Amino acid sequence: MLDSEVPQEGNSTLGGHRKAMYARGADGKLHIVQSAGWEVEEIVTKQAVDDLLRLTEEARQRVLAGQTSPLEYHMYRVRMDVPLLAQASGIWQWRIRRHFRPAIFARLSPALLATYADAMGLSVEQLKKVD
Amino acid sequence: MEFQHSQASHCESGVMSAMLRHHGLPLSEPMTFGLSSALSFAYLPIIKINGLPLVAYRMPPKAIIKGLQKPLGLKMRFETFGNPAAGVTRLNELLDQGKLVGLQTSVFWLPYLPEDLRFHFNAHNVLAFGREASGDYRLSDPVAETVVTCPPADLQRARFAKGALAPKGLLYYPVGTPQTPDWQKVLPAAITKTTRIMLDAPLPIIGVRGIRWLAKAIEKLDTGADAAHSKMFIGQVVRMQEEIGTGGGGFRFIYASFLQEAADLLGRPALGELAEQLIDIGDEWREFALATARMIRDRDPLYPPKLADKLRAIADREQAFFRDLRRAA
Repeated sequence: MLDSEVPQEGNSTLGGHRKAMYARGADGKLHIVQSAGWEVEEIVTKQAVDDLLRLTEEARQRVLAGQTSPLEYHMYRVRMDVPLLAQASGIWQWRIRRHFRPAIFARLSPALLATYADAMGLSVEQLKKVD
Repeated sequence: MEFQHSQASHCESGVMSAMLRHHGLPLSEPMTFGLSSALSFAYLPIIKINGLPLVAYRMPPKAIIKGLQKPLGLKMRFETFGNPAAGVTRLNELLDQGKLVGLQTSVFWLPYLPEDLRFHFNAHNVLAFGREASGDYRLSDPVAETVVTCPPADLQRARFAKGALAPKGLLYYPVGTPQTPDWQKVLPAAITKTTRIMLDAPLPIIGVRGIRWLAKAIEKLDTGADAAHSKMFIGQVVRMQEEIGTGGGGFRFIYASFLQEAADLLGRPALGELAEQLIDIGDEWREFALATARMIRDRDPLYPPKLADKLRAIADREQAFFRDLRRAA
């Protein structure tokens, strides 16, 4: 890649940041060139972000329909899945899945709620409801 | 000495380059990357990230920090903490002594990074070089354009995030002063090690064989009912190649830059010619990324065998390249 070919088409996922790339200059040597973004990167990053947004929104709808608890919604909102939440909270995966049942979630002890809230960087109040 | 920030393309090589420069040994980012034999390829179907297999274009985290110790006669001190409060106290203590401290962090909890790039990736390296009067940490994140600040609560979360590659509060700093190495000795050794990883790994998922193994997995992807999952799979490969601070082309350009430096230091123009070949290979990786992105967006029909063929062509070229490199070293 020549330094004149470094993509500068912008990438909304970079939030205005520019990243460092290595490209060949006129002297044939590679050097750092700042890139405002490449559409290819934007496509694959957006793909991953959009998939998490979709899971979050689907969970939100199910919370409103009484089919799951806010725990599942917040888990996706902070870009986690069940295995990761289990590692972050120290609670077994099957137990987390059980806590997705609204009736069981409603009866959780304050201590358990605090453990979940802490693992996801939320307050207990936030954890109990969906936005 | 006042700390100097400079932007790098990859966090770990950038951290080590800045740290060594601060301690009086100016090594470029590509030199820290190449000297620690960090270039690689691995397709790890057993390790899942959000349900998708891990694809890596470099050696595992900490390979650069550890790999520089031997060639530079450098001793790095690593400290992890069972208890976050102890980790915070220790970091503050080192900063009060005026030390420059490397930290392993989770990208998700660093508020200064762009929202869309904050995933739960636990092996991001940053340097801490002081504190503001407000208590916020002054950080040099190699992938950022300028120095940044980070509130203590966020940094603590980032250092003690759980999950795969959990940092456990890891901090590191050099003890003693790094020395300019004997280039005639350390450069050929580092290059030879990389050719061994790429050509002779005992597992078929590492090195050139790993690229072919990935090609096989991509070829088998479903284009019917499960097309959405197939697109996530190929998208993940490209994210690892381009998005995660690789300098482009899955670290191939950064390694080519290292070879150019090595050619000058050793007075061996053959390495410079090989660098040219590797730049071409990096461009082919970028073409693969472009073809993949077009299929994800349905600009081209989703046809995984075409991507698999492209990967096999790259594997053939890399095999020939690393054989030539082995002879040249």
